[in-house]
Amino acid sequence: MKRHDKHRPLLPPDLTHARLTERISNLVLRDPTPRSWFIALLVCGLLALMFFGALGYMFEVGIGLFGVNIPVAWGFPITNTIWWIGIAHAGTLISAVLLITRQPWRASINRFAEAMAMFAVVLAGAYPIIHLGRPWFFYYLLPYPNAMELWPQWRSPLVWDFFAIFTYLTFTATFMYMSLLPDLATLRDRASSWFGRVFYGTLAIGWRGSATHWARYEKANMILSSVAAPIVVAVTGIISLDLAVSIVPGYHFTIFPPYFVAGALFSGFSTVALLAVVLRSMFGLQDLVTRTHLDYLGRMMLVFALVVDYAYTQEMFFAWYSGEDYYRYVYIDRWTGPYAPAWWSMIVCNVVLVQLLWFRRVRRSPIAMLCLAITSDIGMWLERFQIVFTSTHADYMPSAWGEAWPTAWDWAVYIGSLGVFGVLLLVFVRIMPLISLHDMRGLIAKRNKGGNDG
Amino acid sequence: MPQIFPRRANSLVSMALWGGAFGVVILILVAITIGSSAHDTGVFTTPEQPVPFSHEHHVSGLGLDCQYCHTGVEKSDFAGLPPTYTCMTCHSQLWTNAEMLEPVRQSLKRDEPIEWVRVHDLPDFTYFSHRAHVNNGVGCESCHGRVDEMPITSQRKPLTMQWCLSCHRNPEPNLRPSDKITTMGYDPAKDGIPGHELLERYAIRKDNLTECVTCHR
Repeated sequence: MKRHDKHRPLLPPDLTHARLTERISNLVLRDPTPRSWFIALLVCGLLALMFFGALGYMFEVGIGLFGVNIPVAWGFPITNTIWWIGIAHAGTLISAVLLITRQPWRASINRFAEAMAMFAVVLAGAYPIIHLGRPWFFYYLLPYPNAMELWPQWRSPLVWDFFAIFTYLTFTATFMYMSLLPDLATLRDRASSWFGRVFYGTLAIGWRGSATHWARYEKANMILSSVAAPIVVAVTGIISLDLAVSIVPGYHFTIFPPYFVAGALFSGFSTVALLAVVLRSMFGLQDLVTRTHLDYLGRMMLVFALVVDYAYTQEMFFAWYSGEDYYRYVYIDRWTGPYAPAWWSMIVCNVVLVQLLWFRRVRRSPIAMLCLAITSDIGMWLERFQIVFTSTHADYMPSAWGEAWPTAWDWAVYIGSLGVFGVLLLVFVRIMPLISLHDMRGLIAKRNKGGNDG
Repeated sequence: MPQIFPRRANSLVSMALWGGAFGVVILILVAITIGSSAHDTGVFTTPEQPVPFSHEHHVSGLGLDCQYCHTGVEKSDFAGLPPTYTCMTCHSQLWTNAEMLEPVRQSLKRDEPIEWVRVHDLPDFTYFSHRAHVNNGVGCESCHGRVDEMPITSQRKPLTMQWCLSCHRNPEPNLRPSDKITTMGYDPAKDGIPGHELLERYAIRKDNLTECVTCHR
């Protein structure tokens, strides 16, 4: 690691505390907004409008607008939930697990990775509620004292789901806000307008950077990070139980929790790589989010992609090894049935294309990483799609078989949610420092060895 | 540069944080209190009726049995409201000119039923059968209260699912022998035959009582 750093530094050699602070805070406070930001906001804003328009119409007319129907009752909304929650996972892994394991390359990417996690969880949480059909009754999932004396069915994975997503949302929000505090204080001190000072000052809730503050911050950060490690594994694990606890062939595999977690981290790191490439060119941060960062992200993608590929082989092996016709048929159906194109495209994205990541030149090329990140995200979405669709469309009784195809409204809500994500993220990076100032200062201090670590 | 925040800003922040946390708890408590209050459940609502019929007068004053008027209660899901003819068994002879009874006479003359206002209105997604209850030891009083003390009929029980379940989960203290069903002022928990014996006599299976489909079909 040390030797490697010398050849491919994570920091520009002339970067000092003052210069870093100046650059990043000016992005928010003084520099003109890049034109590409406005274009991106326009595109994402239009997509977000489509999302809310389609949802509004769905609430008016009903869930029948979507392509979900018996036997494929879960369809797009649940596919999208699993996909979004998966993307959220890398944020926590980068901010927490890489913190505990003291990886220096997390410093410049953890802020937007956390923001990505936060907004992805919001969308992941929205889909099951949309999918309820009568979304205004979603609070039935809460164990609150009520005049019906009804409590949630604790044996149902859907209730576990609710708690998993809710825990994750609370956690991500807390963690992100806490790590923002010192930076908010920096912005407060540097803001020139009265509004800016009050806005960032209020959000900074009195952070003065005293030794006591930092000691408490470090302690809280370590505690939250240690809590995060099990959360990373548990949340998608629990979501996978929605499927695995049932007895539907194609859902009922004990490998689902680790398999889903690996898939989640794969899609999550792909999305971080995607955002890294986009944001560094949008705000001119090529020297802070370096090719070396992309290299590390590419390695993480490759590792988790290989775990996912291994899970594919295990899933197929156990389908065959179970000796059950139904389980074996699921695979015949996935390879040759009506949804076969989804399966084969998934294989191309998640098994074939990711092998390019073995090459350092590919990992260090922003454009190649952007393309691979997109194909990996698509591949992971297709994986969730084929699991949700193929398993239920033909299970035990041929008389109960059927097909479900997404409608235009399904697509509108899915594509639209990308726009919502984009809008939230673009607004976030415009009003918050998109690179963690205090983590970077720590890194600079470490490089200067014994320099002041303010 | 002058200070942007006054000295008390720190305490304001911690007040807002703690206040927010307590506020949520208080909000939940208030919501629960309102939700289970008489205002929401309708306990003691006394709708205005076309004729100010007094159960107190007819039941405790004259000694009529519930089933004299509510004839369907043992045979039907609906206890039944009496046809005007039932009123006229007496009121064709008694108080024939009373102003109060004009709607009853009009009803007979025009052959149109009196439009009583329902006091105990369950939601449409619940299935309730009077027959199932009165034939299995649940007295009128258990749900309708002491109608013999009501000059104008009002709702006395909350009719919430919680209230239904309190008996469905533990019916014994509310069971009476079959000859005491319409008796008012009878305490099934203390008077007469103990509940667990009646449970056996009526062959009530408690596990069935809390199935969803028992009340939601």
